[in-house]
Amino acid sequence: MKTTDKDHAALANEFNKDAPRVDWHDETLWWVRQKRDNAVKKIPGWEELREAGSQIKNNVLANLSGYLKQFEANAQANGVHVHWAIDAKEHNEIVLELLQSNGVKKIVKSKSMLTEECNLNEYLNLNGVDVIDTDLGEFIVQLANEHPSHIVLPCIHKKKEEIGELFHQHLGTPAGNADPVFLTETARRHLRETFLTRKAALTGVNFAVAETGEFVVCTNEGNADMGAHLADIHIASMGIEKIIPKRKHLGVFLRVLARSATGQPVTTYSSHFKTPRPGASTHIVIVDNGRSKQLGREDFRNSLKCIRCGACMNTCPVYRRSGGHSYNNAIAGPIGSILAPNLDMKKHADLPFASTLCGSCTNVCPVKIDIHDQLYKWRQVIVKSGHAPVAKKAAMGAMTRVLSSPVSYKVAGKLGRLMMKRAPFAVNNQFNPWYKQRELPVVPENSFGEWYKKNRNNKPKDI
Amino acid sequence: MSSRNKILTAVAENQPRTAPFPEFEFLDAECIYLSETFINVLTGIGGTVIPVETMIEIQNYILQNFNQGPRTVTNIPALNNVAELMHQSSTSPHALSDVDYAVIDTRLAVAENGAVWVTEKGLSDRALPFICQHLAVVLNAGDIVSNMHAAYEVINADDYGYGTFIAGPSKTADIEQSLVLGAHGPKSMTVFLMM
Repeated sequence: MKTTDKDHAALANEFNKDAPRVDWHDETLWWVRQKRDNAVKKIPGWEELREAGSQIKNNVLANLSGYLKQFEANAQANGVHVHWAIDAKEHNEIVLELLQSNGVKKIVKSKSMLTEECNLNEYLNLNGVDVIDTDLGEFIVQLANEHPSHIVLPCIHKKKEEIGELFHQHLGTPAGNADPVFLTETARRHLRETFLTRKAALTGVNFAVAETGEFVVCTNEGNADMGAHLADIHIASMGIEKIIPKRKHLGVFLRVLARSATGQPVTTYSSHFKTPRPGASTHIVIVDNGRSKQLGREDFRNSLKCIRCGACMNTCPVYRRSGGHSYNNAIAGPIGSILAPNLDMKKHADLPFASTLCGSCTNVCPVKIDIHDQLYKWRQVIVKSGHAPVAKKAAMGAMTRVLSSPVSYKVAGKLGRLMMKRAPFAVNNQFNPWYKQRELPVVPENSFGEWYKKNRNNKPKDI
Repeated sequence: MSSRNKILTAVAENQPRTAPFPEFEFLDAECIYLSETFINVLTGIGGTVIPVETMIEIQNYILQNFNQGPRTVTNIPALNNVAELMHQSSTSPHALSDVDYAVIDTRLAVAENGAVWVTEKGLSDRALPFICQHLAVVLNAGDIVSNMHAAYEVINADDYGYGTFIAGPSKTADIEQSLVLGAHGPKSMTVFLMM
């Protein structure tokens, strides 16, 4: 998913034009981060749980081919059809073929970031299949003809007044009514009719258990279950990394997932699908789409441990103040910035630079992914591969020359101080990114080098 | 080569050498206030807990309080005088779309997160606990375990085609993080806690 050629900085600039809105976005996400902190503090042994989650996922990555085969065999023994898709295109074709061969023209879908990554909705629409996203946040962004800006909170960038207006236009609610209770009830009634009339339901997968062949889907709204239990065909799309070895490991992941995501003790529904409902069929589509390649990148393979809780986004100072859409990728924020360059390094070369490397993402990650280290490593890979932006390359080249020679360093320092003193407009202008939203400091009379030279002569030498 | 084999070959080639199978122990044997914790947590996430001692108390509660709509169904034979008794897979799930109250039972609940474990064995249909407007669950206090690790110890002794943890009424906070109960599933969840 890439809808514009603008990079993160340019899109963040657009987002930043509305300062009160940026503050609101920032504060809302920080509030979610605080809820996470409260939930985490309430249970004993949180750090041990993170360590267990991390180790289980390490074990998964080291044995993934075997676990995938075990999962496939057990799922098939449970009466579930298993399909394999090497990329997004094949995934979309498999889903379309399943729908067409069953004469299905309308489906309901619950949240699946994988189908966002594959652009499934657009593909199905082009092929005459109507898709309704049933997660309220996704339903709202679908009405607005947008993509989710957050993996857990898809319409976190929207104000309730805008949502009220969308409902007024599309669902005929009274103009100006922006009451969340009223709007939710409207969507509930509208989508209930939809659930009752759709023959196929598509869901994502949170965890797939190799030992038993079952898969688990977590929602708060109950939309995945409403879709799957009322449809004749349930299609579940999963990335290859969703595998966990044993059912008992769900105990670890279900304890950390919702607490990390929203601060809830657990999602309202954690549904375990093992066999199809009598009279209905279940299909699982297992998707690679670049994941096996990421598995081979030693520095970046840990990104595949991600359980999509969104905690790294809620805590990220850059995400909170630039918004999910500025990342221009199905998965935004810190984790999206280490997943995206694997898919297309050139296209997503800007994302690893959209970080302060403060490390807060790494600290909150429930499976201990070294997110900020990977962002730093991606920057090096991107620059060495020649994908860094021209301006950044030129600036870095100039810095290298200045800093590698003491003479040019001293001269440059003098010139800089002189210029800031005599011609401040040369640096205090809109072309200097360091001048944006801040005043430059008062210029010192001399450099530290000059000050030291002058002052050390006044002091005894042997202290 | 099929996509399956291409993927499995690429994964086998690229996966790291070894990582030990993790062993851990999180069974929280210390927790002695299971019922109190369960009640506090479930109430905190929007559920209601009614402590009871007999089925007659549950019947009376249903008669007095479940009056927001005409159709109340149950899978518990002892409640058949106050609710319509459902039979295993007797109807299509669509026939449940007008259910106002569903009263079901559970044999497992988790104190730390307020969730009850429900499998299709006890349900007439998988859709029942989602499509009803209000959900009620009968739980024996002795069936509450401390945390999810303990829960999976119990679950692993059984088999199911479908099972789900349900923790409170369905909810959403997608509109400006305002919590609203009753997204697509039940608007309320009542647990009759048999002491």
